[in-house]
Amino acid sequence: MQTAVDEELNALRETAREARRLVVQSVYKATAGHLGGPLSAADVLTVLYFKVLNVDPRRPDWPDRDRFILSKGHSAIGLYSVLALRGYFPVAELDTFDEIDSRLQGHPDMTKTPGIDMATGSLGQGLSPGVGMALAAKLLGKNFHTWVMLGDGEIQEGQIWEAALVAERYHLDNLTAVLDYNGLQQYGWTASVSNGKRTPRISIDDPGRRWAAWGWNVLDMDGHDLEAILATCRQALEAKGRPTIIISHSVKGKGVSYMENDYNWHSKPLTEADVARAMSDLGRPGEGA
Amino acid sequence: MADTLAMRDVFANTLVELAGTYPNLVVLDGDLANSTRAEVFEQHYPDRFLEMGIAEQNMMGVAAGMATVGMIPWLSSFAVFLVNRDLDQLRMVVAQPGLNVKIGAGYSGLFTARTGKTHQDVSDLSIMRAIPHMTVVAPADGVEARSVMHVATASPGPWYVRLVRDPTPVIFAADYQYVPGEVVTLRAGTDVTIVGTGVQSVRALQAAALLAAEGISAEVVHAPTLKPLNPAGIVRAAEKTGLVVTTEEHTIIGGLGGAVAEILGEHRPTPLRRHGLMDLYGESGSNDALLEKYGLAPKHVAEAARALLRATAR
Repeated sequence: MQTAVDEELNALRETAREARRLVVQSVYKATAGHLGGPLSAADVLTVLYFKVLNVDPRRPDWPDRDRFILSKGHSAIGLYSVLALRGYFPVAELDTFDEIDSRLQGHPDMTKTPGIDMATGSLGQGLSPGVGMALAAKLLGKNFHTWVMLGDGEIQEGQIWEAALVAERYHLDNLTAVLDYNGLQQYGWTASVSNGKRTPRISIDDPGRRWAAWGWNVLDMDGHDLEAILATCRQALEAKGRPTIIISHSVKGKGVSYMENDYNWHSKPLTEADVARAMSDLGRPGEGA
Repeated sequence: MADTLAMRDVFANTLVELAGTYPNLVVLDGDLANSTRAEVFEQHYPDRFLEMGIAEQNMMGVAAGMATVGMIPWLSSFAVFLVNRDLDQLRMVVAQPGLNVKIGAGYSGLFTARTGKTHQDVSDLSIMRAIPHMTVVAPADGVEARSVMHVATASPGPWYVRLVRDPTPVIFAADYQYVPGEVVTLRAGTDVTIVGTGVQSVRALQAAALLAAEGISAEVVHAPTLKPLNPAGIVRAAEKTGLVVTTEEHTIIGGLGGAVAEILGEHRPTPLRRHGLMDLYGESGSNDALLEKYGLAPKHVAEAARALLRATAR
């Protein structure tokens, strides 16, 4: 027998699948854009916007809303898809992604898009404004929580560790980072062992160990298990006295068989046949762009 | 009124003053508060003084995040770090979204307590001018610095305020009010116009006194705002004497000299000499020795004016 919880999770899974379909279709139409990263982040973004963040799409400037920063700004289309499904702007507007005069820029533009809390794109910069928002919340006595999604490649930037130090120093338990640990970046390093299908190029090993050394509360989750994502995010909100990072173990290109774990699909134009295969993988066989 | 004021003291005292009016004003320091004097702010408002450590890139990003929540962050560090180390942060999370971040750029120019070229910012005005959305200001003395900080805090958007370390002569009356974009005539003259910015405007005034003793009448105009700079004031100054010398404690490329050349080139072509640092870096040394070696003393400004008069004499 299906419980209400199961139904809710199934609905959430379908929303995440729809977000993935919108990513593929939007990138196809734009003939440009990133795929691997938005697909690896889609489940976490869906859970955050539909179940965790205290936000109101009708009031994107509501002062007491929870904040979200997509530090890996090149996954913008993933965020736009989820924001559209959540009601921040019409889903049809995704067709304008990357186009001239569009509110949906190649990288998130807080001056254009409803629901974008910080400009990102140049990597390694999103955690610092998150620290600023969390610090401001403490100073102003506000209860909102600040979330920052980091890419596993961008934590190679030194500024991330500057921010990590200050967040710990100010005991920012109102700040949670989610590391989209899909193991691949645009190019990365040659891995010593090739494991079958997995493209032998890697980003960074055991990031949790590094964050723990900087005094952060470290949690791990399967970045594609929606129940686990929800539980872990809620656990992060319980942290006291220190910031939390969730290591979200994910698969780059998740949901589209031929993109999974292949760094070549970090960013690449799609053919019509590519889209058809992707739609089939995402539960809509026979549908194209 | 004091004869001299150190802008860094003015910086700290003005922050304390502003904190009373603006409850959301905070100061972020890059481990230099006892140099920039932001320590005085910490003594008055310990909870609104946020030490960010030796990590300026993060400091800029934190300021941007705080600004989105309605706070007014003033940054305290040396110009050389805020401009150069932070340039990408400043570009993407402050200038592009036009956030309300105020950059108190201390220790600009050559006078950095003998620390040498690593700590002397001689390109900050050019770099900041090239950043869209930035307002760029170089006050001439402590009185003007205070007024600039009041206007900057009351005006939304990112501001770059160029400050210097050591005491400098006070040239403005206590009730002087800075007006963004406008130039200020410091001395009337008829033979040649000297346009200065920052503390170099004071040396331009001293140069005009030297020239007067030789029978040369120099008009001295101070341009505190490098951007946006209203062309009308510069054009008026050029029209009056027909000859313009710019002078700045900064490279002659892209700063005041660049701004004036752009304006005159487009609006009123006028014989022009750019005086300042000749596309080079400084070094360690006493302030007087630096002025002498790098040709920024009043006598050098006067010579630049004489040279232009000679070159254009019929």
